[in-house]
Amino acid sequence: MTAAQPQAATQTPDWLPVGRLGDIPRLGSRVVETAHGPVAIFRNGVDEVFALLDRCPHKGGPLSEGMVHGRLVTCPLHAWNIHLDKGEAKAPDHGCVPRFEVKQEGDALYLNREPAS
Amino acid sequence: MKEKLILVGNGMAGMKVIEELQTIAPEKYDITVFGAEPYGNYNRIMLSPLLAGEKSLDDIMLNGDDWYTEHGITFHKGKEIIEVDRIGKRVFAADGTVEHYDRLLLGTGSHPVVIPVPGHDLADVVSYRDVKDVDSMLEASRKHKKAVVIGGGLLGLEAAYGLMQQGMDVTVVHLMPWLMERQLDETAGKYLQQSLEARGMHFRMEAQTSEIVGDDNGIERVRFRDGTEEEADLVVMAVGIKPNKELAEKAGLYCERGVVVSDTMQTFDPSIYAVGECVQHRGTCYGLVAPLFEQARVCANHLAGYGFRLYAGSVTSTKLKVTGVDLFSAGTFQDEDGVENVLYQDPATGVYKKLCVKDNRIVGTVLYGDTGDGTWYFQLMRDATSVADFRDSLLFGQAHLGDSGHGGVSQVSNLADDAQICDCNGVCKGEIVQAIAKEGLFTLDDVKSHTKAAASCGSCSGLVEQLLAATMGGDYEAGKGKPMCGCTEMSHDQVRQAIREGRLTSLRHVFDNLGWNTDDGCDKCRPALNYYLISTWPDQAEDDTQARFVNERMHANIQKDGTFSVVPRIWGGVTTPQQLRSIAEVAEKYEVPTVKITGGQRIDLLGVKKEQLPGVWGDLSDAGFVSGHAYGKALRTVKTCVGSEWCRFGVQDSTTCGIELEEMTWGTWTPHKFKMAVSGCPRNCAEASIKDFGVVAIESGWELHVGGNGGVKVRATDVLCRVETTDEVKEYCAAFLQLYREEARYLERTAPWIERVGLSYLKERVVEDDDGRRALAERFHASQKQAQEDPWKFYSKNHDDKFEPLRRAS
Ligand code: SRM
Ligand SMILES: Cc1cc2nc3c(=O)[nH]c(=O)nc-3n(C[C@H](O)[C@H](O)[C@H](O)COP(=O)(O)OP(=O)(O)OC[C@H]3O[C@@H](n4cnc5c(N)ncnc54)[C@H](O)[C@@H]3O)c2cc1C
Ligand code: SF4
Ligand code: FES
Repeated sequence: MTAAQPQAATQTPDWLPVGRLGDIPRLGSRVVETAHGPVAIFRNGVDEVFALLDRCPHKGGPLSEGMVHGRLVTCPLHAWNIHLDKGEAKAPDHGCVPRFEVKQEGDALYLNREPAS
Repeated sequence: MKEKLILVGNGMAGMKVIEELQTIAPEKYDITVFGAEPYGNYNRIMLSPLLAGEKSLDDIMLNGDDWYTEHGITFHKGKEIIEVDRIGKRVFAADGTVEHYDRLLLGTGSHPVVIPVPGHDLADVVSYRDVKDVDSMLEASRKHKKAVVIGGGLLGLEAAYGLMQQGMDVTVVHLMPWLMERQLDETAGKYLQQSLEARGMHFRMEAQTSEIVGDDNGIERVRFRDGTEEEADLVVMAVGIKPNKELAEKAGLYCERGVVVSDTMQTFDPSIYAVGECVQHRGTCYGLVAPLFEQARVCANHLAGYGFRLYAGSVTSTKLKVTGVDLFSAGTFQDEDGVENVLYQDPATGVYKKLCVKDNRIVGTVLYGDTGDGTWYFQLMRDATSVADFRDSLLFGQAHLGDSGHGGVSQVSNLADDAQICDCNGVCKGEIVQAIAKEGLFTLDDVKSHTKAAASCGSCSGLVEQLLAATMGGDYEAGKGKPMCGCTEMSHDQVRQAIREGRLTSLRHVFDNLGWNTDDGCDKCRPALNYYLISTWPDQAEDDTQARFVNERMHANIQKDGTFSVVPRIWGGVTTPQQLRSIAEVAEKYEVPTVKITGGQRIDLLGVKKEQLPGVWGDLSDAGFVSGHAYGKALRTVKTCVGSEWCRFGVQDSTTCGIELEEMTWGTWTPHKFKMAVSGCPRNCAEASIKDFGVVAIESGWELHVGGNGGVKVRATDVLCRVETTDEVKEYCAAFLQLYREEARYLERTAPWIERVGLSYLKERVVEDDDGRRALAERFHASQKQAQEDPWKFYSKNHDDKFEPLRRAS
């Protein structure tokens, strides 16, 4: 796998180069192992990219294995739907999973090392 | 500029259209709602619990004021529209408000009928229609003791019950010889009367009111045609409803009994639609929520510009919402030519059941005392399912059709509030009932998402449907023709037909051509569509991996900790020392934590990590194994017994037959999982009688069984037929499997499918029609050409590292 050339804006230690858009299947996801645990990077049908900790707020299911639709991912274990852009479970379920910022520069993807507040 | 849509009548039907529009075309209209009542939209059918003091006004609100604001809808509360100017496309409210519309929707409901006897306009004479009426009754019940309810129909009895709960002494006056004569026959009507009398309600039957006697200080008594009288301080008139069509009539729209609409819910003015009780469709006016909601969905579909749904009328059912009284009625049940009555009556327990059957189809039913099977009979009636195959046990209910899963608890109404309904998610009756009322839930899906009941294995769906029916009183929205998910208005059957007729071969085609309201579907429709595409067009359609659940994408079963289990195919359950050794080596090499013999005569390697999958598969594949599809909506196992080769009782070689069946069918994708078994004699050690396709050896050949299920709802198979040779077994198997693949709905196993379409139908297609059977079998074999490529072999070599993390930075 080829990591992108770090560019000026992303030279700061906060941003971790993780690969290219093309490494992630459309309507799918890939995992990055981080200091906080596995983070799932999702790509939806219109090439928006989101990142969530790969642990469902329900019982820790791997969200990276879920089905992506619109801006939602359905957890593979018990089918909760999680908002990719907020990390919150879709009503009527309740729960929240840490979300990470992803930056796209050209084709390259950078993951913020710290969860967004 | 958005087009402007105005709704006149903030009631249940009209607002259902608006809610639908919010999901299917949220951007299309600028919406304004006029409602004569000073409230948001409330659940009118819950007025009875409100009157009985079992609910508060807040409990029965469907859309409070905030809802309108949140959705950007202008809400004119408490403003009545008094005129429509169709030329200028404007509406005028009583307070002088004038608004322009592009499209107008009328949902004005109906008026209570008032009998114009002298005294009908006295202050303490009320009807029963809205919150205001309930308030008047509640106020009267605080001041007075004695109420007379005129009308022994559904509304009258519910009003009477509510007033009794408020401490009043109530007499119901009814013109006819028995209660609810439109929904009940004489026997059931009399049972009902007895049980209400036992609760302290009084009746005057066949009595015609001639005058309400009283003055400005209040009512004194009600006088009848025969000269007798009944004391009263409050009179409730509940003798019927008539469509509220005045506004439409005044605007020059064509009306008969109600506002006449077409199958698209359009009035004679193409820019004016109408739904609900004010409407007359194909000669019928409806007075229950379920048909009105069907109308609303069709109407929203046309307002949204999709234009493919048609309203074809509804079959309705009734349930009385009086706590502790169980009655259910649907269809026609009066004696007439060609209709046979199937009856059960036990005066001691107060149970009465009547099923009216014509040409082996149920055309009507009245149940009293035990209504547990009401929803089932209703379903059979609406689907016009032939009951010929199980007519003799029809009265004993669905439980006697092999549904022993919940045999003991069919009468959900008798259960205590803390009785657990959903055993998977631990949801009790009380929680479900409360959610239905509080959240305004009308469908099984609503209940699933709000309470999680029936959301896992689904075996309690029937009970939840009963609760819905019991809590909502009348008919609630049920299965048939219901949209496959929130992304579309179309049902499974309609989508499938469109895929076939429109030659649609990809998900994109489906989304674009069938007007999906999401860009890429959802977790419900995507897998179903993918299945319909590949089963309809095995040569043309491309299997979309992102439309598959993780197990089918990974070709392994996901476990609770995110690892996977791998089950290699063991043909007919027969293995060799060499195979066992290979599996053992793989287990050791990859440090597989658990090795387990499955219930399907195979070996499960549990706890394999995702990144190990290609390696495990590759090694198994090199040792000659293929995927067992233990994860798929696909052919699973073919269990066999030792059969005539070893067993002292065996009459045929069940093992070889099983292996041949598995070799023929492995790899196929099916609507739900598909399991088979072959037993060597009628002792049936392979448990063929609970398989989707079971084969039992007999002296003269083989007996073929279909539609068994051993999971949540145990169902024993039906016997399809007997054949002589193994080749015939294979031909029948291929034909049956193909029919299932082509006609069952996604996630419908053979057991419910057979109960839906009937065994006779399967016999017609698979047994009696020789050419048809061969054609089906041929289509099956054709589709297998693509299917029998082992996914493990493929993915162990072509995986582009995608089983690895994208990056390790920990
Ligand atoms: C492994 C196994 C249990 C075992 O250790 O023996 C098993 C394991 C699971 N079964 Fe099963 N079933 C297994 C035999 C059965 C049997 C027995 C049989 O096939 O003879 C039944 C009853 C027979 C039947 O299906 O009619 C059975 C009825 C179910 C059901 C209920 C199906 C139904 O229609 O009622 C489910 C739930 C579902 O499919 O929705 C289910 C679902 C599951 C799932 C897939 C649950 C899930 O979604 O994760 C389990 C996967 C575990 C895994 O990762 O391997 N399993 N399951 C068995 C695998 C057999 C095989 O070799 O492939
Ligand atoms: C006590 C009671 C119990 C019931 N129980 C059941 C049951 O158990 N099961 C069942 O299925 N059904 C039941 N129903 C029937 C069900 O409530 C109705 O079928 C349903 O509410 C009709 O919906 P609608 O939208 O057509 O009319 P409504 O809900 O009556 O709405 C019409 C609204 O339009 C308003 N309106 C009328 N004209 C104008 C105007 N010119 N300008 C502005 N606003 C106007 C009215 O004020 C009203 O709010 C019950 C009804 C009652 C009264
Ligand atoms: S293997 Fe089957 S029975 Fe056992 S826990 Fe899983 S789903 Fe339930
Ligand atoms: S762990 Fe995600 S839904 Fe249960």
